[in-house]
This record gives sequence, C-alpha cells and structure tokens, in this order.
Amino acid sequence: MAEKLEAKHRGATWLAARKVEYGDSIDPAEVCYERGWTDGLPVTPPTDERIIAMLKGTTRKPDEFVGRIPPNLSECTVEKVAINAVMAGCKPEYMPVLLAAIEAALEPVFTLHGVLATTYFSAPVIIVNGPVVKRIGMNSGINALGQGNRANATIGRALNLIVRNVGGGRPGEVDRSTLGAPSKFTLCFAEDESDPAWQPLAQARGIAPGKSAVTLFQGHGPEAFVDQKSRTPEALTKSFAMSLVKIGHPKLVQSARAVLVLSPEHYGIYREAGWDRARIERALYEATIRPGAELVAGADGVGEGIPASRAGEQVPKFHEDALMVVRAGGAAGLFSAILPGWLAGRSRTELQPVTKEIKE
Amino acid sequence: MSTMNWMRDPTAETESVMRARRAPPKSLEGLTVGLFDIGKTRSDEFLNRIEQRMCERGINTKRFGKPTNAKVASKEIVDKVVSEADVVLIGLSD
Repeated sequence: MAEKLEAKHRGATWLAARKVEYGDSIDPAEVCYERGWTDGLPVTPPTDERIIAMLKGTTRKPDEFVGRIPPNLSECTVEKVAINAVMAGCKPEYMPVLLAAIEAALEPVFTLHGVLATTYFSAPVIIVNGPVVKRIGMNSGINALGQGNRANATIGRALNLIVRNVGGGRPGEVDRSTLGAPSKFTLCFAEDESDPAWQPLAQARGIAPGKSAVTLFQGHGPEAFVDQKSRTPEALTKSFAMSLVKIGHPKLVQSARAVLVLSPEHYGIYREAGWDRARIERALYEATIRPGAELVAGADGVGEGIPASRAGEQVPKFHEDALMVVRAGGAAGLFSAILPGWLAGRSRTELQPVTKEIKE
Repeated sequence: MSTMNWMRDPTAETESVMRARRAPPKSLEGLTVGLFDIGKTRSDEFLNRIEQRMCERGINTKRFGKPTNAKVASKEIVDKVVSEADVVLIGLSD
C-alpha cells in the first residue's frame, strides 16, 4: 500500500516516460509482447510502483543522461534504465551494476553497434568483481554460467533489453546475426574471488582492490572443455590450447579474443604448481602458436585459412593481450568453459573489452 | 466498472521518419562514384576490381573507407562522402 501511495504521489513528478494505458481486462504482460518490448520471454510490466522502487537502487536522478544507445543513438536516462530493469526482473540493488555495464558498453572501443549488427554470435558478456557480488547475491559457483540466479540472469538481460527498446536494436533489423546465440538473452556472472592467491580480473585490469567493477566482453558461449587426466600445469595448458585454437575455425588466427572460465578443479592444478594469472595467460598464448604451413588456405584440403604468404611463419592464434582467464564454477568437475570472442578483433586497438568501476 | 491502468514506455519514444529515396542517376557519365571500404577483410580486393572496371569505362571513382567494420562511419567520414561523391558503392566482403 505504501508503494502504491508513493507511486501516486511521485509518479507524476519523478517519471517522464510516456504512459501506456490498458484496461482491466487486458493482460499487461501481453501489452509488452504486442508492443515488441520483450526479448521473447515474458517481462515484468513497468508500473510506476515498480519503477519508483527501482530508482531507489541508485543515487542518480531519474532524468540524468546515461548515454546514447545504438543503433539509433537514442538518448537514455536513468529512468529508462530503471524501466527496462523492471522489465528484466532486476532488484533495485542491481542498478549500480547495470548502470556501470551500460557505461562500459557505450565506450567506443566496446563497439556496441557492431556487436549488435554483426552476423556473428556475439553479445555483451558481463563479468562482475568485488564486494557487490556478495551484496547482491550473484553466483560465481555451481552453474555460474547457467540459469537460476536472479542477479546473473536479469542484469545481463536488462542491458540487452535497453539495446532493444531504447536503442531500437532488433533481430532482423540492425541485428543481423546469422544464427544468434542463447547468450544474446543474457550472459552475466561473477568471478570466484575466494582464493586470496588469485588476482581477480578487475584488478588485473586496473581496478583497486576492494572496489567493485564490471568487465564487458564481446562474446558468446559457453563452449565446453573437458580434461580429466592432465595433472601438471604444462599438460593442462597444452590441453586448453587444443580447444582454444578452434575458436571460429582452427585455421583462423588473430581475429578473436577469448575468456577462459577456469573451474576450481582445473585451477587447483595451476595453484598447486604456483602459477598465477599472468603466467597462465602467457603460457596459453605461447601454447596456441602453430606453424603457418598447417593453417594456410587449402591446407588439409580445407578452403578456410590464412594467406599462403604466411606458410613459413610461426603464427599465434591470439594477439598477446587477447586472453582473459576468469575463475568460476562448482567445486566438482574437471570441466572449464571457453567464451569465444567476436571475430572482428583483427585490430587490437579498435575493439577491446572494457572494465568500469561500479559506483555505489 | 472498468478502470484504466498504465505502464511506462521503455523505448526512446522516437519515431522513424520515412524519406523518399533519391532517384538513381540514369547514367554515371560525368559523375564521381565513391567506393567505400567498410574495413572487412579483402574489401580492398573487391573494390580494386570494381575501380579497374569503372576506369576502363571512363567513370570517375574516388576511394573512401573506415578503419574497421566493427564501428560505424563517423559523421566526418559520411560528410566527406556526401560532399565528394555523387553516388557511392559500399564493398562488403570477407
């Protein structure tokens, strides 16, 4: 009742978005479908009560400008963020994470328009670090990349709904993805920071310890990796390399980044041997260098491949800074996951992941 | 008694403006054809061939481009194309 009274009182003054009216006999969830506001799954109708409650999750004012959302470069305010957050199923305390994710996505090097427009599978992948993870109950453990956790599921979904609803990015229009991917609904998870020996992703990317941050990556997935027999870091690294070189196509190189989601059991092999993030990432880079002769177009009777002029080179699969290792997953299972990046990463400077501190 | 409920619009509340397309020229004679490289792999091979064919037919061409297909063309680049070319051909390839 208190929320209803507040909505009645504040709705007219706080909220500027157009009212969309419907009668008692109309199902509001169906109104959202009919207007094309959903990603195909039902959304929570954005009533004044819910929007006002959502806005209490941030200190930012409803009319504050957040950015221009591609593809239409439409102006997005905190209020529009809150409306879409309601629809995605967010709780108010997720708002600072969502706002940081939007700001990261709008950095020019994230190339959000291109990520939407590409015929490839990519969408924004959100990785969350820091104290906010526990505070809002995000999952970095069992099924971290899957369903069942409200924050994981809805923060990523809200970002994609904002691109759809505010930016006007819809499949078949500017979104030209040939096949799409389930990760275009949402792919958002937290890193497991339980081991003090491990440098969290956000700190590796310049965020001070004790601060929370989002890292956005242009990718999809996950793709499964299984190795239940390697017991040394050297063997495991070679094993990971065998899967990592397949991203896109085994004979395509230096075009995609990748996130390796390292499970606790696989991480244990590195940890026991004293390998840290930097050493693992460097070793993976080196293990994915191959003779050009095996990769040229036509080699092994396969048309795909690199130019014949590179046959004499030792060719890395990735640019040197293109691999990010993130720890997540349940305690049991010698399985890890690869999140392949967008193949448009030929230019290291034009297309990069983005990390932003979460201001709470 | 029926009451009216409401929710708030999650969109940018903008509407597309339909503009009539300019009629294509009847002939390319005397016009400058802009050849725009969007930055995809091998775009240049495709546009080189087109440019060669057009030159053989005496058609003026001018090359434009952007550094990567991952980003949209800036307003400056679009303005340059508009001011320096009469028609434009965009090379999309891999």
